Amino acid sequence: MYVAVKGGEAAIDNAHRLLADRRRGDRSVPALTLDQITEQFALGVDRVMSEGSLYDRRLAALAIKQARGDLIEAIFLVRAYRTTLPRFGYSEPVDTGAMLIERRISACFKDLPGGQLLGPTFDYTHRLLDEELDGDPQIAIGERRESLTDAAARVADILGGEGLVEEDVDPAGQSAPGDINHTPSEFPMSRAMRLQSLSRGDEGFLLALGYSTQRGYGRSHPFAGEIRIGEVEMEIIVPELGFAVPLGRIQVTECQMVNQFKGSAKAPPQFTRGYGLVFGQSERKAMAMSLCDRAMRAEELGEDVVAPPQDQEFVISHCDNVQATGFVEHLKLPHYVDFQAELGLVRTMRAEYAQRESTFQTDLQEAAE
Amino acid sequence: MRNESTALDGGFSAPVQDAQAVFRAVMDAMARPATIVEIRPPVTPPAPLPPIIGAIASTLLDADTPIWLDPTLGQSPEVGEWLVFHTGASFTDQPGEASFALIGDGSAFPDLDTFAQGTQEYPDRSATLVIAIEAFDGGTPLCLRGPGILDRATIAPRGLPKDFAEQWEENTQRFPRGVDLVLATGDSLVCLPRTARLIAREMEV
Amino acid sequence: MNAMSRNATYNFAYLDEQTKRMIRRAILKAIAIPGYQVPFASREMPMPYGWGTGGVQVTAAILGPDDVLKVIDQGADDTTNAVSIRKFFERVAGIETTTHTAEATIIQTRHRIPEAPLAEGQVLVYQVPIPEPLRFLEPRETETRKMHALEEYGLMHVKLYEDIAKNGHIATTYAYPVKVEGRYVMDPSPTPKFDNPKMHMSAALQLFGAGREKRIYALPPHTEVVSLDFEDHPFEVQRFDRPCALCGAEQVYLDEIVLDDRGGRMFVCSDTDHCETRRAEGHRGELGGELSGEAK
Repeated sequence: MYVAVKGGEAAIDNAHRLLADRRRGDRSVPALTLDQITEQFALGVDRVMSEGSLYDRRLAALAIKQARGDLIEAIFLVRAYRTTLPRFGYSEPVDTGAMLIERRISACFKDLPGGQLLGPTFDYTHRLLDEELDGDPQIAIGERRESLTDAAARVADILGGEGLVEEDVDPAGQSAPGDINHTPSEFPMSRAMRLQSLSRGDEGFLLALGYSTQRGYGRSHPFAGEIRIGEVEMEIIVPELGFAVPLGRIQVTECQMVNQFKGSAKAPPQFTRGYGLVFGQSERKAMAMSLCDRAMRAEELGEDVVAPPQDQEFVISHCDNVQATGFVEHLKLPHYVDFQAELGLVRTMRAEYAQRESTFQTDLQEAAE
Repeated sequence: MRNESTALDGGFSAPVQDAQAVFRAVMDAMARPATIVEIRPPVTPPAPLPPIIGAIASTLLDADTPIWLDPTLGQSPEVGEWLVFHTGASFTDQPGEASFALIGDGSAFPDLDTFAQGTQEYPDRSATLVIAIEAFDGGTPLCLRGPGILDRATIAPRGLPKDFAEQWEENTQRFPRGVDLVLATGDSLVCLPRTARLIAREMEV
Repeated sequence: MNAMSRNATYNFAYLDEQTKRMIRRAILKAIAIPGYQVPFASREMPMPYGWGTGGVQVTAAILGPDDVLKVIDQGADDTTNAVSIRKFFERVAGIETTTHTAEATIIQTRHRIPEAPLAEGQVLVYQVPIPEPLRFLEPRETETRKMHALEEYGLMHVKLYEDIAKNGHIATTYAYPVKVEGRYVMDPSPTPKFDNPKMHMSAALQLFGAGREKRIYALPPHTEVVSLDFEDHPFEVQRFDRPCALCGAEQVYLDEIVLDDRGGRMFVCSDTDHCETRRAEGHRGELGGELSGEAK
């Protein structure tokens, strides 16, 4: 006799208990602490803060632990939390020119005020596995020098002084940058809103798209004008006080690409900009973001939109990994009602096909006889 | 008689539940045009803002919704302060820029087409007018049909402009553009979405 | 979800009041413009996009302490995602839930409309993955929006007619497009076309939420909903050549259950409440046994 499957609730509870068990793993291995994650998986934490759109290292570390190291799942956990938080106000724009710099490089100039500063980078490490790290070797304290007395001017500002690079304005001329959390997306989207979407966009997706621009899909001749990582001051204007109050410092990575632009009848030749800004130390992401930002400005700069990275509706609609993972993974959900509908149609059409074939065979036979 | 109320008083006492109850009343009314829905207003705003309009405002308005007040409400600083404190909404003196218009005197307000109508692409970007009327009977009968109405429905709101029927007919003809109305008095409200079309009077008789 | 049990700071029905207001305003405009997709600033929810976040946000925005909620997926109350969403609302809103269609004030659904006619005062909330009926003909929102604005639906008719030319049938079996009050072409969500006639002139209010795509749309009660078709190929629903094996119901939508790998099949009601109600009333199909299995 047929017995229908029931008890979804018990199945879910059991599955989640097993998940918790597997998350903890071998009980004889000490459990990870959040400090260990924030200190030793710092770049993973930074990615979760950046794409989770919430600057909180402890919560990002908690999410990574809860997600068993699955960063997209961790990003999702953080987003679902941040969306419930009350909004007290909007900060003033951060001044990255006044950044307390830990790393700062420019591919455009050999030397420049403030100098080149490599900072904590994987660049020039030889990618040889270091077996010593399978333990807790003594690590020397990093070299430090006193903070620069004169702030390092941004390369784009140096070029801007000569008028060699376009001015940094939103072509839409909007006074307020808008807020992608509060405004349903509408295309064409302002650059300010696009940048917000890119900043929390999936690193892998933007990396691939940025890469494709270098291979000719919307090429824009980029130079890494400057990449800088460091801390900036956050300020908020309290209406009752009428002036900006510091909230604290956050670490950000900023990338300014300097891209070629031939000029037009109206404008003399000047370089154009692609911009990237993300939470924490996320250099690859900031660079990919600035390539995508520049590519999506094609229409504004009078270029033909011929490649996916230049198509803002395509890029913005698909760069969010929380949306993407949800919809791809929703294919796991039962679809048997729809499948039944398709099954019925295919069976009907196959029966009709068989009918036609047999009629055709009979006709042939009759013709032959 | 009303107590001296300040801007701080007279809001929802249970904001989550009160807002939900008022919203459900408005939603039911919007889904069933010309049907009277009763809801005891859980707020006591300063006069001349009718409590039911104060309740609807507290439920639907916030910093994202510019509001326009008709002269009856607009001339009272207490009403303005109360609305700002309880909703956070800002005011506009341009009817065309408001997402909500609160109208204290239903018998005289600017023509419906002076308010935001939405666009053909985004017809939802149109104004909702919340209008204080005198009563739901005794006025010119409006016989209506459209989505949400089984066959037809008649109301006779008292305290609307004399040419309301003509204006309303024009509004429904602008579909999908057009404004939506919430008529309110006492503990009762009726919604007229832009889909509620007037049946010509000769057909009605 | 563990965080939620420890953290009591979530609002009634999870969403903050500002978000509810935004969604409520969108719902009112959706009702006022039947079949038109109102953009809204959809929020991240504690379940993935594509798993019902649109429906969950709509339900959370309308739900009150006196409501009785029913959640179905594929017509069934006990599918895992339906169980999960029902538990979510029990937890964050503390409301009463039911599996009985007639007892529910709000029914959230994915892929089905209950078999029993809905009543005045009930609200049916659909989870919608792709709200744009023209999306598979034209992927760009900028273009489809223009098509709706100009009421330019020729492309849709061409697509359906091409099906007929190629296959002898309209090959759309679910998410079958409808026209609302003679104006907007609307996606009914991926319900089988079997359910389309139930939308027409329903006594219930029907609300559609697409979370990932950030759209809300609605059908007020007693609204004309017509499935697109052609004079020579009129719209018709799926028909099953047998009744439900458990309750004997005819003219209902059936699930096909594979019994073995030798072609053994049985067909049972997809609407589990409908089936159980009928069996409680004494109706029996050819295999009308007990429902007692357990998933592990």
